[in-house]
Amino acid sequence: MIIDGSEGDLKRFLDDLPPVDQVGADARAAMLATRSIKTTSKAWAIDMAISMVDLTTLEGADTPGKVKALCAKAVRPDPTDLTVPSVGAICVYNDMVKIAREELDLIGGRKIPVAAVSTAFPSGRASIEVKKQDTQDALNAGASEIDMVIDRGAFLSGKIGKVFEEIKIVKDICGEKAHLKVIFETGELVTYDNVRKASYLAMLAGADFIKTSTGKVNPAATAPVVLVMLEAVRDYFALTGIKIGVKPAGGIKTTKDAIKQLVLVNETAGSDWLNPSLFRIGASSLLNDLLMQRMKLRTGHYASANYVTID
Amino acid sequence: MSRIDVNKTYKLFIGGAFPRSESGRVYEVKGANKKFIANPAMASRKDLRESVVAAKSAFHGWANATAFNRGQVLYRIAEIMQGRSEQFVEEICALEGVSNKAAKSQVEETIDTWVWYSGWCDKLSAISGSLNQVSGPFYNFTTPEPLGVVAVFAENKPSLLGAVRTLAPVISSGNTAILIASEKYPLPAITLSEVLATSDLPSGVVNVLTGKISELASWIASHMEIDGVDVAGLSKSEEEELKLHGADNLKRVFRFTNRNHPERILSFMEQKTVWHPIGI
Repeated sequence: MIIDGSEGDLKRFLDDLPPVDQVGADARAAMLATRSIKTTSKAWAIDMAISMVDLTTLEGADTPGKVKALCAKAVRPDPTDLTVPSVGAICVYNDMVKIAREELDLIGGRKIPVAAVSTAFPSGRASIEVKKQDTQDALNAGASEIDMVIDRGAFLSGKIGKVFEEIKIVKDICGEKAHLKVIFETGELVTYDNVRKASYLAMLAGADFIKTSTGKVNPAATAPVVLVMLEAVRDYFALTGIKIGVKPAGGIKTTKDAIKQLVLVNETAGSDWLNPSLFRIGASSLLNDLLMQRMKLRTGHYASANYVTID
Repeated sequence: MSRIDVNKTYKLFIGGAFPRSESGRVYEVKGANKKFIANPAMASRKDLRESVVAAKSAFHGWANATAFNRGQVLYRIAEIMQGRSEQFVEEICALEGVSNKAAKSQVEETIDTWVWYSGWCDKLSAISGSLNQVSGPFYNFTTPEPLGVVAVFAENKPSLLGAVRTLAPVISSGNTAILIASEKYPLPAITLSEVLATSDLPSGVVNVLTGKISELASWIASHMEIDGVDVAGLSKSEEEELKLHGADNLKRVFRFTNRNHPERILSFMEQKTVWHPIGI
């Protein structure tokens, strides 16, 4: 163990982290974004990105019908092309987990995990009892991944012990049954230093994945933020030998955006992370663009949105 | 000391902005007297792709604007063109080598064309729609609806009128358009794009590309998002090839012989039929 578990020790550890060179991070992310990925590499990247998508619907207006339609799309993103891989997971609100799990099992998507957003998503403003119950509910309904939000108010006011304890409690509830993804809402953490601190905090508390945002706040998964988080998982691996996953979510809408993320992963954390078990992309409209780019590569002519499903 | 000339950079018109070609290429345009006139942008397939994205995203808003509103915008284009007549006349004279008088009458006819099509916007369902007789307690309507994204190849000559004659009917019904300017006489189309940018026309409804027709035509033909093409500016053989490549997505390809006619509008529309129970 790197820390002894006391809040004082945790604080000392986080304060001792080197600050992020903001200009350097921005420049590095911008430079990596200029990489040109074409032809066979592009085809590979598109399929990899599809298999990494956490196909998400998090609307107040979600209906069982919409969730089922999303499940069908997750299993077979392009019904006309069987060579398209399935997506990484389905990500829904707590009360839709059961519907999603049953539908996936029914239509041949047994291997696709259902992720539930939890702990009073998206704000995280609830008592720990509610958060525990929220998580337990999702697990009972069949969720195998829990996307929890941290209490940003506590983090920003320096009560990192509280944030740490909450993650630990939720992790204990998840146990071996589910993967835990911890959402920072980087748009509300403001600085890259805070992102780095939150990353280590979550990893030390037992997160399996660290995730940028809820998708409800702008800015969301910007390239420099993802870069800082990837550096954190890389360094944490060097320190402990444990591989933590990263999930950018929010604002990744085009194939170009997704491929830029893959370049970041490869150049920062390394090729081990180019795997759906260690890198996911939270998105909804991105999948259609990936499918259209895939059609373009296959047929040689530009695709139309009329040939992919609306969700 | 003599003043240094401020020369114009001729650019594309995509999504309401005036970018250079993504490829960075230009080509030379010569006047009727064989002297150099301008270096307009030579659009690449990626510029075309961007135009289609812009046109597609503008479609919903433009198609759902009221016909009356579309008519007003088209009339506004005529108003703004009137104010820039001189520039059009100059360009037509230099390129086509026609007299000042002929150029002037071409510009006037073009402005009248906008006015003519602006009047058609809210009258289309009157001449093409119908209330159908059905054996049941239903109202059954058929009304024309815009097709989507339409590419138009402007005629070479008359350079300005040839562009507007193909463009105006397409957008009057609510389609969004990509205008491929005449390769030989592109300047009036470029100036037209500057008029469109200041005429209340929403961004992306019209996108103007200049460049090599032979390079762009095959990409337009195979692009699945382009629903219709007016091939006025293409040769017979180019038209045949375009039809061949466009067969995959059932592209509507037309060449019109009459000058101004509602057929030019209605060809790029689809008939929608709606059933509505009587008494509810």
